[in-house]
Amino acid sequence: MKKLLLSAILVFGLVTNANAESGKTHIEDFDFSFEGPFGKFDQYQLQRGLQVYTEVCSACHGLRQVAFRTLGDEGGPHLDPETVKAYAAENFEVYDAEKDEDRAAIPSDKFPVSGLENAPDLSLMAKARAGFHGPNGLGINQIIKGMGGPEYIASVLTGYTGKEKEQAGTTFYENTAFPGGWIAMSPPLSDELVEFADGHSNDVHHIAEDVSAFLMWTAEPKMMARQRVGLISVGMLILLGVLLYFTNKKLWRDIKRKT
Amino acid sequence: MAGIPHDHYKPKTGMQKWFHERLPIASLIYDTLTIPTPKNLNWMWIWGIVLTFCLALQIITGIILVMHYTPHVDLAFDSVEHIMRDVNGGWAFRYLHANGASLFFIAVYAHIFRGLFYGSYKAPREITWILGMLIYLMMMATGFLGYVLPWGQMSFWGATVITGLFGAIPGVGGILQEWLLGGPAVDNATLNRFFSLHYLLPFVIVGLVALHIWAFHTTGNNNPTGVEVRRKSKAEAQKDTVPFWPYYVIKDLFALVMILIVFMAIVGFMPNYLGHPDNYIPANPLATPAHIVPEWYYLPFYAILRAITFDVLFLDAKFLGVLAMFGSIAVMALAPWTDTSPVRSGRYRPTFKIAFWVLGFDFMLLMWCGAQPAEGLVPLVSLIGAIYWFAYFLIILPVLGWTEKTLPVPETIEADFDAHYPPKPSTVK
Repeated sequence: MKKLLLSAILVFGLVTNANAESGKTHIEDFDFSFEGPFGKFDQYQLQRGLQVYTEVCSACHGLRQVAFRTLGDEGGPHLDPETVKAYAAENFEVYDAEKDEDRAAIPSDKFPVSGLENAPDLSLMAKARAGFHGPNGLGINQIIKGMGGPEYIASVLTGYTGKEKEQAGTTFYENTAFPGGWIAMSPPLSDELVEFADGHSNDVHHIAEDVSAFLMWTAEPKMMARQRVGLISVGMLILLGVLLYFTNKKLWRDIKRKT
Repeated sequence: MAGIPHDHYKPKTGMQKWFHERLPIASLIYDTLTIPTPKNLNWMWIWGIVLTFCLALQIITGIILVMHYTPHVDLAFDSVEHIMRDVNGGWAFRYLHANGASLFFIAVYAHIFRGLFYGSYKAPREITWILGMLIYLMMMATGFLGYVLPWGQMSFWGATVITGLFGAIPGVGGILQEWLLGGPAVDNATLNRFFSLHYLLPFVIVGLVALHIWAFHTTGNNNPTGVEVRRKSKAEAQKDTVPFWPYYVIKDLFALVMILIVFMAIVGFMPNYLGHPDNYIPANPLATPAHIVPEWYYLPFYAILRAITFDVLFLDAKFLGVLAMFGSIAVMALAPWTDTSPVRSGRYRPTFKIAFWVLGFDFMLLMWCGAQPAEGLVPLVSLIGAIYWFAYFLIILPVLGWTEKTLPVPETIEADFDAHYPPKPSTVK
C-alpha cells in the first residue's frame, strides 16, 4: 500500500513537471485569498479587478466566455442586478444579429471578443497558464497554494524591465515572466492608473494582483461552489469510511478469530 | 457456475418458482454475490471494485455531459465552457469525468501489476487475463478519444500525433491514416467519429467486463498464496473461502471509500492538476504547442514509442516505434505462456520478486521519460527501459521458471490464513 502511495505521488509529480514551463522565467508567488481548500474569492477584490479589466485590459482583450449576468453571481463579484445592467449598457456594445446593428449590451450578453487581433482572449487565461508551483515544478502543493495561473498573469504584468527592442517592425518589451523574455504587449499598468472607489492601494503591484484574481474568477467562476462540494464530500466520505471500517472489523472478527 | 462447490439459489415461494422457471435471474444474482472467495485476499484485491465503480462513474457522468456537448470544431470548445459555466452542476460532472479517467487508470495499473506479481494470469486464468488486456486496450482507446473531444490545443495535437502513428505503417499507412481521420488532417470529420466511438467503446468495455467476471467466477479467484481453493466437497471449500457477500463487499466498499476521499479532494481542490493547461486554449491547427505530451497514463508506452530512433534494414524508426509500443502490450498478454514457473505467486519466488520490482521501477522510469522532451539522455534511457520491458516478458519469465529455486508453498489457503490469524486455544478442538 505504501509503495502504491509513493508511486502515485511520483506519478503526480512527473506529470506536472512535464507541464511546467521550461526556461528561466521568474514567477512571483502572490498570496491570493482563494488558495487552498478553505480559500475564498474576495468579492471586493474581484470588483476592483473588473474595474481594471474594464478600464485597461478590455481595450484589446476580450472575455468571450463570460456573460455579464454572471457578474451578479454569488461566489463572484456579486454585483446587484441593477449595477450589472448599468455596467453592461454603459461599457460595452455588442452586435445584434437580428437587427443587424450594434446596440448597448444587456446582462444576458457575453463580453466582446478581443478588439486587437493578436491579443488573446482572457476568459481562461488563468487556467491556460497554470502550473509552476512546487520544488522543481513538481506542483503537488497546488492543493495549498493554488494552480499558479493568476500568479503568472500578475508576474507578467509586473515583470517589465523597461527594455525594448524592434524586430520586423514590431516592438517587443523585455519581461521576466514571459517565456522567451520578450513580449509584444506594451506595459499596460502604471501606478495610480486606476482609481478605486474603496480607496484600495493602486500601485502596479496591487492593480496586477486584483486583475489577476478577477481573471481567476473568469476562468473558474464556480470555484467556491466546487471547494464547498469538495469539503462536504470529503467530510461525508471520511464519516462513511469510519463506519465501514468498524463494520468490516466486526464482520471479519469471527473469521479472523479475534473474539 | 462450475468450480468451487457452494449453495445455489433455491426458489422458495410459488411466485419465485414461477419466475425462476421462466427467467433464472435471481439465481444469477444470488450465485454471483455469494461466490466462495478465498479468505486470505489482501488489499491488492480491491481494485476490481474500484474499476467497476470507475466504469459506472464514467458512463453516468459521460451520458450527462453528452446532453450539453456539441461535437463540432467551431462549437465543441465553447460547449464545454457552457457546461462549466451555465449547466447546473456541469462543472462537477466534467471534473468528475476528467479526473475519473485518471482514477480509472491508476486502478487498472494497480490491478494489472497485482496480477503480474501473484501470477493471476497463469492457468487456468488465461482467458481472464486476455480479456483484461482487451479491456485495458479499449480503455486506452476510449481515454484517447475522449481527450480529443474538448477540442483544446492538446486535444488537437495529441490526435494529430497519435493518428500519425498509423501513417508510419509502410505501404498502407497513408491511406489508413486518412481513413481513420475521415480526411487529410484532424478536422470536423475526425471529431465526429471520435465522439461516436468514445460513446460506443465504454459499452464494449461493459460487455468485456461481464465476460472477465464470468471467466474468473468460473475458475475462482486467485489469492496471495497462488494455491487453489480445495473443491472436492463443499465442507472442504468452506475452510478456504468466505462468501463474497458480505465479507468482501464490505471490505471493498471500505477500500473504495478511502480512495474516493483522495479522489474527491482532487476534484474539489485541484481538479486541473492532472490535465494540461494548454487544453484551455482552443485548438489551433496553425500553432503547434512547444511540447506535445499525452495524458499521464499513456506516458510509459509513449516513451517506448519514441525509444527507437534508428532504422533497421528497410524499416524506419517511426514504424519500429509503433511496433514496439503495440508489442509492449502484446507481450503482456503472452505472460500466461511465457511464464514457465510451476509456482504461481511471486511471494514464494525470491528472484522473480526482484525482477518484478525492477519492472515496476521500469514502468515509472518510462513514465518519466514519456513526459520529457526527446532530447539528451531521454531516448537512450527510454530504449533501455523498453528493452527491459520486453526482456521481462520474453526472457526473464521463461528462464526464471526453469532456473529459480522457489520457497515452500503453503499446503492450503486455510494453512496460510491460520498462520496469520492463529486459532485461539479455546477454539481448537
